[in-house]
Order: sequence, then C-alpha cells, then structure tokens
Amino acid sequence: MEPLIRLNNVSFSYPDENDTKIQLLENFNLEIEKGSFVSVLGHNGSGKSTIAKLFNGLNLPDSGSVTVNGMDTADESNMLSIRETVGLVFQNPDNQIVATIVEEDVAFGPENLGLPQKEIRKRVDEALKSVDMYDYRMHEPHRLSGGQKQRVAIAGIIAMQPECIVLDEPTAMLDPQGRAEVMDIILKLNRQLNKTVVLITHYMDEAAMADRVVVMDSGKIIADDTAKNVFSQVELLKSAGLDVPQPTELSYRLKKAGIGIDCDVLSVDECVDAITRKLLEE
Amino acid sequence: MLRDVTFGQYFPMDSFIHKLDPRFKILLTFGLIIVAFVSFNFYSLGLVAAFAVLIMILSGVPVKFYLKSIKPILIFVLITAVLNIFYISGETLLVEFWIVKIYLEGIIRAAFVAVRIVLLIIISSALTYTTSPTSLTDAIENLLKPISKLGVDTHSFAMMMTIALRFIPTLIEETDKIMSAQKARGADMETGSLMQKIKAVLPILIPLLVSSFRRARELADAMECRCYHGGEGRTRLKVLHASYRDAIALISSFILLSLVILLNILF
Amino acid sequence: MSVIRTENLNYVYSQGTPFKKAAITDVNINIEKGDFIGIIGHTGSGKSTLVQHFNGLLKPTSGKVYFNEEDVLSDPKKLRELRFKVGLVFQYPEYQLFDETVESDIGFGPKNMGLSDDEISQRVLEAAKIVGLSEELLKKSPFDLSGGEKRRAALAGVLAMKPEVLVLDEPTAGLDPYGRDMILDQICEYRKQTGATVLLVSHSMEDVARVAEKVLVMNGGRVEMFDTVEKVFSRGDELSKIGLNVPHITQIFMKLKAKGVKVSEGVFTMDKAVNELIALFEKEGKNA
Repeated sequence: MEPLIRLNNVSFSYPDENDTKIQLLENFNLEIEKGSFVSVLGHNGSGKSTIAKLFNGLNLPDSGSVTVNGMDTADESNMLSIRETVGLVFQNPDNQIVATIVEEDVAFGPENLGLPQKEIRKRVDEALKSVDMYDYRMHEPHRLSGGQKQRVAIAGIIAMQPECIVLDEPTAMLDPQGRAEVMDIILKLNRQLNKTVVLITHYMDEAAMADRVVVMDSGKIIADDTAKNVFSQVELLKSAGLDVPQPTELSYRLKKAGIGIDCDVLSVDECVDAITRKLLEE
Repeated sequence: MLRDVTFGQYFPMDSFIHKLDPRFKILLTFGLIIVAFVSFNFYSLGLVAAFAVLIMILSGVPVKFYLKSIKPILIFVLITAVLNIFYISGETLLVEFWIVKIYLEGIIRAAFVAVRIVLLIIISSALTYTTSPTSLTDAIENLLKPISKLGVDTHSFAMMMTIALRFIPTLIEETDKIMSAQKARGADMETGSLMQKIKAVLPILIPLLVSSFRRARELADAMECRCYHGGEGRTRLKVLHASYRDAIALISSFILLSLVILLNILF
Repeated sequence: MSVIRTENLNYVYSQGTPFKKAAITDVNINIEKGDFIGIIGHTGSGKSTLVQHFNGLLKPTSGKVYFNEEDVLSDPKKLRELRFKVGLVFQYPEYQLFDETVESDIGFGPKNMGLSDDEISQRVLEAAKIVGLSEELLKKSPFDLSGGEKRRAALAGVLAMKPEVLVLDEPTAGLDPYGRDMILDQICEYRKQTGATVLLVSHSMEDVARVAEKVLVMNGGRVEMFDTVEKVFSRGDELSKIGLNVPHITQIFMKLKAKGVKVSEGVFTMDKAVNELIALFEKEGKNA
C-alpha cells in the first residue's frame, strides 16, 4: 500500500545567525503508513521538529521529495489539499489559537476551506465533543488551562477532518494533568477516530504508547521499531541523550548485574510481574 | 493590577441584547450616543436614561459590572461637573462667597454633563459586554464593506483586529511575568530620573518584543497549517443576519428618537 | 538555623474584586539553612505563589515571612536587598533575557546590586562557569543562543547575585533529558560551592527524588506534607489520592511490597532500587 507520507532522500538545511548553512537532514528517508500511530523521539535539535514541518509543506526540502498521498509538497497547487490531509499541532497552545471564543477558533480551519455554514457548525460541535471541550465552546481561550487550550488546538485540526494529525511536542509546556488529558485525546485520535498520528516528543513514556517508535539523533534515524524493541536498547537511547522508562532501566540494570529477568518491560506492572516471577523461580 | 480591568470585556451569555445583530448594535450604539447628546432637557435625557437602564436589564450582565466600568472615569465626571458648577453663570444665584458664585443653572448643567457621560459609558459598555470581540470585528468588516470596493483590504484589517484582541490578555500576562522576573534581579522601575526610568523599561520592553515576534511567527505557521489564505473563498461559522429582535430594537429606538425630539420641542 | 520561616501566611488574589481567590492558606513552614527542598503540587496548588513571598515580590494578605529571623516587610527599603539574597528563577526564564550580550545580561543583577565593574565581571565568569557557558558565548547576543543555552544563561543571571537562598520555579520545564540533567547538576554544583539553601518547585517527582533532601507538598493552597524525601514518598497512597504520582521506581517498590516481597518503603532512586533488589535476589538465591 502507498504510504500516506513519504520522505524520499530529503536534505534540509537552514542558515544560522551568521548565514552559515547548517545541514540538518541529509538523504533522509521515512514513510508513515496510513492508520498507524508513530512517535518520533529525539533530543532538542535532533531534527525532529524540522520533520513535522516537512510533512505538510511548511518546510520544503533542499533536495529529494516529500509526498502526501502521492502529492508533492513542492508543488504550490497541492498546498491546500496537503494541509487538509495533514494537520499540524504545535508545542505552545497560546500561539496557535486565533479567535477570542473557543468555538470560533475551532471554526477557523473549516472557514478557510470555504465550507457551508451548516457543515462548519456540525464539524465544530463534533470536534469539540471529541476532545471533551464542548461545554467550554463559549469560553475565552486565555481563561483555560494549558491542557484545555491544547485540546482546543487539537479540535481546530480535527474540524478540518485530516487523514493524519502530526503533533510537535504537544505536551512540552503542560503540567502532568494537562499532559495526561492531551495524551488521552491523542490515543483516541488513533484508536477511535482512525487518524494516522505522528507524535513528536522527548518524553519516552508518551512515545511508548505508539505502535512504532522512530528515534532520531543529529538528523539520522538510529532506531525504528516497536516500542518494546526500541526501549530495550538502553545503551543506544542513553547515547542519544534520551531517557528510558524507569521500569525498563531497572530491569536492564538487574540483568546487567547477572539477574536474568525479562528486559523488554515498559510499565510498572510489567516490571513488578517480571521481578516477582523471577523471585518465585529462585 | 492590569488584569482587573473590566471595561471592554465580553460576558458570554444568551440575552436578548446578546442575540442582536452586531452590525445593528454598533449603529444603535452610535445612534443612542447621539440621542443622548441632543437631549436638551430633563425629560428627554431621563427618557434616554430609562432606555439605557432597560438595555442594562435586558443584557443580563450584572449591574455591578456597569458600575465598575464607570468607576475609572468617575474622577473625570466629577471634575467636569465641578468645573461646570463654578463656571456657568445664570440668573438664580444660590451661593456666593469670596470670588465664587454658584448658580442654579450651573448645577443643572453639571448634572446634565455628568449624566450624559455616565450614559455614554453604560451604552458603550453594553455593546462590548454583549458582543464578542470577533463578532464586533466581523460587524466592522461588514459595515466597512463599501470601502473595500475602493481597494481597501477590509478583511485583513478585521483579521488584525481579531488577533490583536486575542493576544492582548496573553501579552498582559507576559508583561506581568517579565516585570516580576526583572524585579527579582533587582530592577528598579520606580525611582530615578526620567532617563533612568526610560532605561529601566528596556529590560521589560525588549523581551516582550522578542516574544511577540516569536508568537507572531508561530501563529503565522499555525494559521497556514489551517489553510488560511486570506479572505478569498472564506465562509463563516456565524453569518450575520437580522431577525425579528433587530426589528423590535429598531422600532423602539425610532420611537425613542421621536420622543426625544418631541420632548425637546415641548419643554 | 532557620533561613526562611512563615507564620500563618495567607494570600488572596485580586482582593476586593469579583475575581478574588485564595491562593495560599495558613502556611507555617520553617526552612533550615542549607536545606534542599523540592516543592510539589498541582498547577494552582499555590506553590509558585508561596515562593514569590520569600523575596517580597508578593506581600502577604495576612501573616508574616521571616528571612534570617527578620520580618521581610519590616523595612521597605531593604526589600530590594532581600531580592539579591533570595534569588528567584522564574519559569521559562529565557524569556527575560534582554541585553546586547550574554555577559551584560548575566551582569544585570550584580550591576543592580551596585557592585564594581571588576566584581561584576568576576561574578559573571563564575556564574557562566557553573552553567557551562564558554567565554566565546558570553560575547554573543543572548537571542543567538540555543534553547538550552538561553535557559542556562538566565540561570546564571540569578546565580551571579550569589543568593543565599536559590528558588527555582520549574527550571527543567520543556527541556529534553539532556538539558534537564545539565540544569539539575548545575544547581547542585552551585549549592556545593556556596552552601546555599535551594528550593526547587517542580512537577517532576523524578527530578525532586533525584536532587532534593526534603519535600514540601502543596495542595489547594495548603501545606499537605513537609518531610524528608523518604518519608514523603513512603506515603505514596496519600500522594495518589491528591492526584500526584510518585516516581515509577517508588511505585514498583510499593507494588512489590503489596505482593508480599520484603522490600523497604520510600525507595526513590534508581541506584538504591537496584542495590536493594540485587541484595534481595542474592539472599533468595542462597536460601533456594
């Protein structure tokens, strides 16, 4: 099957403050399959945010090509259909909310698409319900909590009914409660609304929720596998300046100390099970 | 504190006044302000006041918020009133001491001016309390449409207004934060000469500007991601259209205007 | 010896307006010189409001705050001096950078203290060294630094005032693991060099577990717990009840204990967890 997004031999650079070219990506290849939930993990400056903007033509490659459903992002005439297919949610919710009333902000995308008023109304209501913000539709965005604002921003993208939603560190500025709210919605986007989801993050516990984890370091993919297989490579992740989930690290260090327990645990419960199982064996 | 200001704030509710067509509300507000200024006697001004009270009640916004909006200009009202009391001369001398002479006409005139200013604030507050900034800008865009035929980009103007309104609270909050942060590093904004005070503003102004540019860049990206491409082919969630309510409001304001004129002539 | 002490501290936001809201209620705490305290709680639990009283940025609605046993509001003229002694690093401090060079930005605090130019540049260099900013970077505009470098430059701006008490409001928010580790290490380094008292406001239980010695838990504007890290994290159930999660490592030990495995309570660091489990397996191995 043709992937939804394909980055083919992409090179990308940007000028720094002295106008020297900084090469971020070179001959970079990545495919995002329809319906999948992919997380892209990497430290700041690893090139992961650049990728998000390449996905919908906000950044254009120096060489190579990016295609969305076969449409080339470099072709100006595809721009609106590409952005209708791939929606982007950014880190700072404050800087992506346009209107002064929640429902009017969610309507912004559909309005730009030139949809009939009735259709806009329907989409706005549905989108707000799917992020549990319908009761706040008449509120002013600046009075909402960070998590609520980010959910409104996500609703603004849902209302455009894209096939794929890309989220660039959507929880980095949120408190734990806001993070949990937003992660619930992100899971729901993929599991219930059948959207293709690309989650760009540096929180490993969030990345672990995805079906596929892509790890980036200085513009290169250093791992691309299921969450379990990726996180069991503790040394590799640490060398890329990333954490591993504490349960994984604990079992990894026990194993290194000569205690033969399963190393591919991600959650607290899996870790507790692995330890008690081993204790019973002894 | 900056955030305690109520004037110009919107109260999301569902009252009769909230539901009026914002274009009509803007025109009505201007109309009422003019009527208040052409009311030459107590009967006509009283009638306008009664109408304003009716609007206040119909708007569903608690009266205390209207009172709060008057508070900041109370001093201005008092000064104008006092000046009128002292400077207007007339036939009925009430009090005289030293060089001050207070006439009945002066007091009447002062009362008139005070009531007018208060009415002005109440009427314009009623507009902003009951109309979301977005519908207000929509209405302005709509009312300015005739000008767009002359080549003026009214859509961009309205979009800019909306974004400005959206970011005012965010930037106020940010200013508060930056001020606290610089105070924590010993910044002194209260004392010193004028030059020193201007210099003391820089540690607040520069970060605020830098962050506004960053926000603008990010917002532009976010808007592009949501397929924004100017006003062309854009539809709206809320289409402005007049209803029976607007007709009622229109008729009653006509009656008001005629009564005011009638009262002005009669008395 | 007490360095900061509060007495029936209350603070109400927007007093006298319809938006008034109690932010902190009846706070009585005593912070000893040299303490390293993690302050945790939800957004709106009052933790940021509390720390802004310690340097006089906020004035209590009622109650008192003492610094070195002296009422901080007794002499308004001394308030500015207090701010140099109780250094406060705000959330996302990189957004307060303003000067032409990193050097002069870090020197802003010391300059406000009225120090000599030599003393200022001395302090700037010392602070820059702690946060790992090279001399070459000091000549750059702060706006040309990377995100992590900006954060560290802003931290240096407070460290250069050599505060006796260093208060940090979520210093690691939004940073990746590498940037986070670096900032936490630098805070510990400053403490080691100067013996300063450190208060770390954080949402991250893992951060607090790693560096702090005591934990202050705020909930709904009140102090819920104030004790050593071990004791607070051994009350995991109570923390969960107010919606705060203990570190995963602590959760693992709580669950092991619940299953009848003989492990201690309040384990919160990876090293301790690994050592304890290795010892346990060795013992079991011998028994088997």
